[in-house]
Amino acid sequence: MKILVCISHVPDTTSKINFTNNNTEFDSNGITFVINPYDEFGLTRAMQIKEATGATVTVINVGSASTEPTLRKALAIGADDAVRINAEPTDAAFVARLLADYAEEQNFDLIITGRESIDYNGGAVPGMLATYLDIPFVNACIGLELKGTKSTVIREIDGGKETLEGNLPMLLAGQKGLVEEKDLRIPAMRGIMMARKKPLTVIEAGEAVKQTSVLGFELPEAKAACTMIDADNVEQLVELLHSEAKVI
Amino acid sequence: MATDLFKAPDYYNLDDLLSEEHIMVRDATRDWVKRSISPIIEEACQKAEFPKQIVSGLGEIGAFGPYIPEEYGGAGLDQISYGLIMQELERGDSGVRSTASVQSSLVMYPIYKYGNEEQRKKYLPKLASGEHLGCFGLTEPNHGSNPSGMETNFKDLGDHYLLNGAKMWISNAPFADIAIVWAKSEENRIHGLIVERGMEGFSTPETHNKWSLRASATGELVFDNVKVPKENLLANKSGLGAPLGCLDSARFGIAWGAIGAAMDCYDTALRYSKERIQFDKPIGAFQLQQKKLAEMITEITKAQLLTFRLGQLRNEGRATSAQISMAKRNNVDMAMTIARDARQMLGGMGITGEYPIMRHMMNLESVVTYEGTHDIHLLITGMDVTGFNAFK
Repeated sequence: MKILVCISHVPDTTSKINFTNNNTEFDSNGITFVINPYDEFGLTRAMQIKEATGATVTVINVGSASTEPTLRKALAIGADDAVRINAEPTDAAFVARLLADYAEEQNFDLIITGRESIDYNGGAVPGMLATYLDIPFVNACIGLELKGTKSTVIREIDGGKETLEGNLPMLLAGQKGLVEEKDLRIPAMRGIMMARKKPLTVIEAGEAVKQTSVLGFELPEAKAACTMIDADNVEQLVELLHSEAKVI
Repeated sequence: MATDLFKAPDYYNLDDLLSEEHIMVRDATRDWVKRSISPIIEEACQKAEFPKQIVSGLGEIGAFGPYIPEEYGGAGLDQISYGLIMQELERGDSGVRSTASVQSSLVMYPIYKYGNEEQRKKYLPKLASGEHLGCFGLTEPNHGSNPSGMETNFKDLGDHYLLNGAKMWISNAPFADIAIVWAKSEENRIHGLIVERGMEGFSTPETHNKWSLRASATGELVFDNVKVPKENLLANKSGLGAPLGCLDSARFGIAWGAIGAAMDCYDTALRYSKERIQFDKPIGAFQLQQKKLAEMITEITKAQLLTFRLGQLRNEGRATSAQISMAKRNNVDMAMTIARDARQMLGGMGITGEYPIMRHMMNLESVVTYEGTHDIHLLITGMDVTGFNAFK
């Protein structure tokens, strides 16, 4: 079985976010990048399947050379090989098209992505990729079991869970639940050394058209300072709600 | 235990000097410490219990003998990687770093460097995986800074050696499966022997009531007519230079480790200084607190540069023992000063187990003494620059 795990290279969740170039680009200065957490759940599930069935796991990213440490980490965790499509991933349809071009040639049985990436939170690539490949797609997966070419998938729905059955090949967009946080893998030193010898292939981007462009980003307004009022001082509370908050 | 919010300082963008692999090694160890050490270390120290489960965890991530070649179970990493692993482990706790240092530099290193192929194959893979734990016996009750005066000795009785003597202040001793023991032959020459748990006459009483390294097991090694098979001799090197070679490797790791402890104290104090309000503003806004923080980050940065360069020299096989002494002495002293200043910044909270500072401070009292005391390292530097021996 061949599994493809799509990996986004995203800022660490504790990063301080700033923009440059007239607020049209993310300022990556001093930012630590990590494997997109949603993708990491999928990568971990792929590693478990690899260990149980002997499947091969390929990881792929659309990005510049600066994303290679993230792919190397996936290799150190245990992926067999990595592919980087050399392009700036600024548009979902563009990224999905490039991924689809690669995946079509390789005949993967299972493609796992994250539900969304935690940087731009578009959540559009998985659905588009499945459409381009014309394979079944299940979003927001919290469970996956395989038996031969049959898959049982659990996904989160409003107020509950839905269990689905399907045939491979298929595409899953995963999240926490696919595995738990405690299952996430930390690369071991031997894995880091082995990653050095594993293939990381760079492919030049083929023809794909960007369908959107960014006009600008805005940061949310800074939180206003919190004024603490003594519980007995209702008069002051009323006064402030009237004069400052202007809600009464 | 509160959530581990540690964020490592990198004031001089030293990450730019590290390779992608170094950063992955460092971050993997940092993640492992956050996951496996931070949640349990406070309680282990309060109860003075060695958290045995970390031994297999340290083996799994590859913190035992990371520079030992892969064919013997190591990862074949370079010296800077080893240093970074020690830095991150000691950021968690000096006791955890001690366990890994001893296993790597004082047990696996001598077997790899001074042992034969059979010994390497027999012992190294199990030590690397954490299936076996080792310890190192050099210090004796009457010989600490003066190991050449050791009394532990062995006699050649034809088909085996007969070992007698005692070692003291031995990390990992109570749970160790094997001990690398330094003893004098009948010709008064120091040799290394691999002593295995279960050999008749070999016991490892635990040292109790420590106020330092409370999550690390310390004990004695007692040899009462222990019959050691001849194949357990480390034959490729003898003399005091053999154990001192191991200490070079361990001291190098300590020089990095101390930075980890200092970083944790600095990071804790920095965060606290922004949150703690006195006289209507964060204490970090007051000059005296800023002085402490500014001096801390300056000293950490200097120590980072020292160890990075030392790591390059070690990678090239050019680092001298005296250069390693300078880094060990400087960095541990730096960490002790930072721990004390950070403790003061946290006021009363600094003495509680809510924060890691007092634990680091107490641990560092051992670190400044073991593997060559603060004063002895000074005399090594003194002798190196003057040519005069002031030890005796």
